[in-house]
This record gives sequence, structure tokens and C-alpha cells, in this order.
Amino acid sequence: MIKQFRFLSVFVLAVTVIWLTGCSDKPSDDKKASESPPSKTEQMAPKASVSDEKPATTAIQKPAEYAADPVVVAAGKAIAVGRSQGNCLACHMMEDGASPGNIGPPLLAMKARYPDKAKLRAQIWDATAANPESAMVPFGRLKILTDDEIDKVVEYIWTL
Amino acid sequence: MKKILISLAVLALTATSVQAGPEEDRMAFINYYKGKFPSVPDNEYANGVYAIDPVGRENWEAIEEFPPYEPFIDAGQEMWEKPFANGKGYKDCFPKGPAIAHLYPHWDKEQKMVMTLPLALNHCREANGEKPLKYKKGSINNILSYIAFQSRGNRVDVKVPQDDPGAVAAYEDGKKFYFTRRGQLNFSCANCHLQNTGLKVRTEILSPTVGHVTHWPVYRSKWGTVGTLHRRFTGCNKNIRAKPMKAQGEQYRNLEYFLSYMSNGQELNGPGARK
Ligand code: HEC
Ligand code: HEC
Repeated sequence: MIKQFRFLSVFVLAVTVIWLTGCSDKPSDDKKASESPPSKTEQMAPKASVSDEKPATTAIQKPAEYAADPVVVAAGKAIAVGRSQGNCLACHMMEDGASPGNIGPPLLAMKARYPDKAKLRAQIWDATAANPESAMVPFGRLKILTDDEIDKVVEYIWTL
Repeated sequence: MKKILISLAVLALTATSVQAGPEEDRMAFINYYKGKFPSVPDNEYANGVYAIDPVGRENWEAIEEFPPYEPFIDAGQEMWEKPFANGKGYKDCFPKGPAIAHLYPHWDKEQKMVMTLPLALNHCREANGEKPLKYKKGSINNILSYIAFQSRGNRVDVKVPQDDPGAVAAYEDGKKFYFTRRGQLNFSCANCHLQNTGLKVRTEILSPTVGHVTHWPVYRSKWGTVGTLHRRFTGCNKNIRAKPMKAQGEQYRNLEYFLSYMSNGQELNGPGARK
């Protein structure tokens, strides 16, 4: 509990710092993603003119359609692999995660297979909605993970 | 909940008749596992997960060379032979001798309940003015180890007298428990030990239900000692963040009744050794 709390506060702190220093120019949810092209150009124009700003390079390295916030992804990964939280590795192979189970399919190429992020989220929120016999834990419905935690897990899973 | 129960039951019980009795249930389990593990002979299921896990099996066979449960058998023999304070002993309660594990669990017509071996042992003690033993840990495992060892080679032979509504209800209750999802993680026994048997949770391969009752008590490396079947039920319930039931309470006894019927015909080979 304490650990989780500490983790959360570190996370909040990190997000705040990043937000304040302006090194993350990426939108954090779908709605903003759809309006991102104009905002991006807007952001880049002033940045380019201010010579002592650094983020111009980071912006160029990111894929045009979407760029996952590394901090959110890292937080999502921590939740996904943590034994007391998502514990997804109990049933799924994910990257090089230690001792994965194989009750569920390996989580691979998720972006290609789930172009609709909401569908991916629904699977994690309550797998039994789509498949009543699913052995997968209904993380959202049974309040094992909070909505916010699930959002972060989705961000991470989508990078796989 | 009802719907899930029924759909899982349908998954498992391919019997066409609407009124599936215990024997139809058992055959459905056997056929299901046969389909899943065609190369595993029927009599192998008594070896639990090692029937389907060749790698774990090698380890297990090495452990069985120097069985970790041996000292408990010896301690149990002492218990069996030592008279109670009143001069009587287990021998007086169980005149058939120590090789009696295959006679349990059974439906007790008079008391209208499922009688298990640990319960019968404690009834014997209490009738003779002795304190009952605890049902999960401690010396009950010694006497159970001795009885299990003496009973090796007998076969599981549970009966559910169809003319006794109480017995039928107890069986059905145990079956319902087995198929009901519970706990924060929303698992039924069937999710792990039927639907996903042979697959891995982390590194643990899930064992078939057939064969679950043949080898108790079990020396578990994780426990560092021998423990009872109901202790194991408690563990599986806790893993899914469900509140465990009372050891030897009605629910677990009915579960044992159902589970044991599913192992009918399997050879008793306790005590066992597991990871
Ligand atoms: C107890 C087992 C179990 C756990 C724990 C589990 N899953 Fe699953 N998962 C499954 C199974 C089984 C499926 C197959 C589809 C179904 O039955 O719903 C699945 C399917 C999925 C899919 C769809 C995969 C595909 O190929 O379409 C995703 C995505 C997924 N799980 C993500 C997760 C995440 C993220 C977590 C942890 C937060 C998690 N799972 C935890 C068992 C599990
Ligand atoms: C989340 C998965 C899961 C659920 C749900 C679960 N178990 Fe288990 N169970 C395991 C694992 C893992 C093991 C250890 C490996 C093995 O032997 O299957 C185990 C072992 C056992 C064993 C010991 C097998 C042996 O040979 O010694 C018994 C008996 C058992 N479970 C019964 C049950 C019963 C009854 C339920 C429901 C009340 C249940 N389990 C629910 C995962 C589960």
C-alpha cells in the first residue's frame, strides 16, 4: 500500500516536472490525439523561433500519428508486470517479462491488431463481456485496477 | 452467475442427457482430458500435474527417491498405535485397520452429511475424551500420512446413493462450488483445473481435476511440511483473493465429495510430494 502510494507520488511528481519543463508535447488521450496536428504545428512554430529551446528534436523523432508518453508507458508497464496489480505475466507473454504464463495469448503487435484503442481497453476492463467463459480477470469491473491505472496499462500494451 | 455456471457446465459436460448424474459428470471429465491429453493413460492422473508435465516429473521422481514425507508416516504410526488416556485407541474406532483411506469420503446416512477421514479421526478422539486435531496443519497430517501410506494401491470408490436426496444434494452442492466463480479475481476451480489445464500460470502448470484427491496429505516444498487437502483448498481460494471456507466445514466437505467422485477408479498413492 505504502509502496503503491510512494510510487504514485513519484509518478505525479515526474509528470508535473515534465509538464512544467515542457519536454512532453504529446497529448495524453484519444480526444486530444484527434486534434493534435494543429496543436503540434502551433507548438513547433514558436519553439523553432526560440533558439534556446530543445524539444524541437524530440518532436521530430516521434511518429507523426501518435507518440506514447514514455512516463505513462513506464507507469503502465509497472502496473502490468507487478504481481500485486495487473500481474498480466501470470497469463501472458509480454516482451522479455520474467516467467510468463500461457493461459492467454502473447501480447504482440497490439497497435496493428487493435487499431481501436477503446477495444483494447474494453478487453482489459472486462474480458467476460466479450467472452463470458474468459479466464481473464475483469480488472475494471471488479475494481482490481482503477480507471486511471487501466488507461496507463492500455498505453503500455499498445506499445507492444 | 447462473448462466456462467451453466455454460461452463456445458463446456465440461458433453453428456446429452439433461439429467447428468455423477457418473455422466465423471465420464465427461475423463473424455475432456482425454481429448486434451490423448497420450496420457487413464491411470496416470493419480500423479497430478506430473501426468502432463514431463519436465516437472523428472524432478518429482528424483524427490520420490528420498520421500520428504517419510518421517510423518513414522510419526503417524506411533499415533495410531499409542492408546488414548482412557486406554482405547484409533484401532478401536477403526477395526478394519489403517488401510481405510478408500472408504472416504462417504455419505453418512445417519448424520446426513459427507464424512471425511479427518472428521472421522476427530470424532474418534472426541468420543474418547481427547482434544480434536486441527484440520490444516500439525499432527493430523502424521496420522493421515500413515493411513494414506497403508492405503496405497486401493482405488478411489466414492458412491453417491441416488436414492438418498441428501447425498445427491451434497454432491450437487460440491459441483456447484467447483463451477462458481469467486474472489476478486473471479475464478472458479474449473477455470484453472478444467478450462486451462496444462497451461501455465507464471511457471505453474495447472493440473487436471481427475487425480486431485489421490495423494493426501501432500508434502509441499512451499510449505516445508505435509498439509491436508483442505489446506490446499484454502490456498487456491486465497490465490484468487476469495475468502477461504472453514476446513472440514460443509462446503469444503461437499467439494471434496464431488472432487473425489471425479477421481473414481484412480489408485491411491499418498502421501504425495509436490512443488
Ligand atoms: C488469468 C489469466 C489472465 C490474466 C491475469 C490476464 N489475462 Fe489477458 N487474456 C487471458 C485470456 C484467456 C485471453 C484470451 C481471450 C479471452 O478469453 O478473453 C486474454 C486476452 C487478452 C487480450 C487480447 C489478446 C488478443 O490477442 O486479442 C489482451 C490485450 C489482454 N488479454 C491483456 C491483458 C492485460 C493487460 C492483463 C493485465 C492487466 C491481462 N490480460 C491479464 C487471460 C488473462
Ligand atoms: C488461479 C488458478 C487456480 C484456481 C482458481 C484454483 N486453483 Fe487449484 N491449483 C492452482 C495451481 C497453480 C496449483 C499447483 C499446480 C497444480 O498441481 O495444479 C493448484 C493445485 C491444486 C491442488 C493440488 C493438486 C495436487 O496434485 O496436489 C488441488 C487439490 C487444487 N488445486 C484444487 C482446487 C480447487 C478445489 C479449486 C477451487 C476451489 C482450485 N484449485 C482453484 C491454481 C488454481
